[in-house]
Amino acid sequence: MKTRLAILASILLANAVFAAPQSFDFKDPKGVNSASFKVDAPLESVNGSANGISGTVTFDPANPADTKGKITVTTASMTVPNPMMNGHLHGEMWLEAAKYPEITFEAREVKNVKTTDSVTTADVTGTFTLKGVSKDITIPVKFTYLKDKLGVRLQGMPGAKDGDLLVIRTSFSISRKDYNVAPGKFEDKVSDNIDLNLSIAGACPK
Amino acid sequence: MKKLFRLLALVLVVGALGVWLATGMNRGWTKTLVPVKTLDDVTGIEGITYKKQFVAGVDFLGAALLGGAVLTGISFLFRNKNKQPIN
Repeated sequence: MKTRLAILASILLANAVFAAPQSFDFKDPKGVNSASFKVDAPLESVNGSANGISGTVTFDPANPADTKGKITVTTASMTVPNPMMNGHLHGEMWLEAAKYPEITFEAREVKNVKTTDSVTTADVTGTFTLKGVSKDITIPVKFTYLKDKLGVRLQGMPGAKDGDLLVIRTSFSISRKDYNVAPGKFEDKVSDNIDLNLSIAGACPK
Repeated sequence: MKKLFRLLALVLVVGALGVWLATGMNRGWTKTLVPVKTLDDVTGIEGITYKKQFVAGVDFLGAALLGGAVLTGISFLFRNKNKQPIN
């Protein structure tokens, strides 16, 4: 009887361990994580990116609908190739990087979850904060769970560990006037619409 | 002096055109950073980093043309030395 109980307890414990949500850290030691943005303009669209990405996402491969987390992009890490535009982007007229150093998205609710093998697509609702303005938005997100791939990815790097990876991809648009980014100004030169694209990998070491 | 200003204007415009051609005939704005994409094989993510590189744009050409026009305009303020008075 004791043996049966011990086996049952072991199975339950193992299930609990394997079914437990995992916490993925999005501070990328390889520095590949980036968020890109595009704003239409008459001569050429303004394309830039940001690599100051951090945050934590709790993801359970057995239950992706329970996903929660927060991703932060440092405003100062946003870069465009033109030096004058770069200055304007971080300046008082546009993003005020010194006053609002972070852009965040905090996920609260996950709906329309569809999983095929290691890929899950879902609509994620959360709070997007830019320039001190927070609004609830729903964005389409693709999660790719890569079991035991952390060691392969960090091979040869100091302090490399085994573990799992979670890749998050999303593309969505926001209106700059909604977030007080030069609202109603320069619309003949720079569109109100900002296209955002995020491709990031988070690590869960074992 | 007149010739000197016109020569300077020509050098400025031709030089700027040469730089624009040599840096890739960019029809957008001038750039001092160029995005470099790196593919992470494991995750399939395409990361973006920037390398310092000057790429002249149409604003660079425009500034050179304006500078050339100003220099040419200044050259008209000088009189020809060898002009003989008409008797």
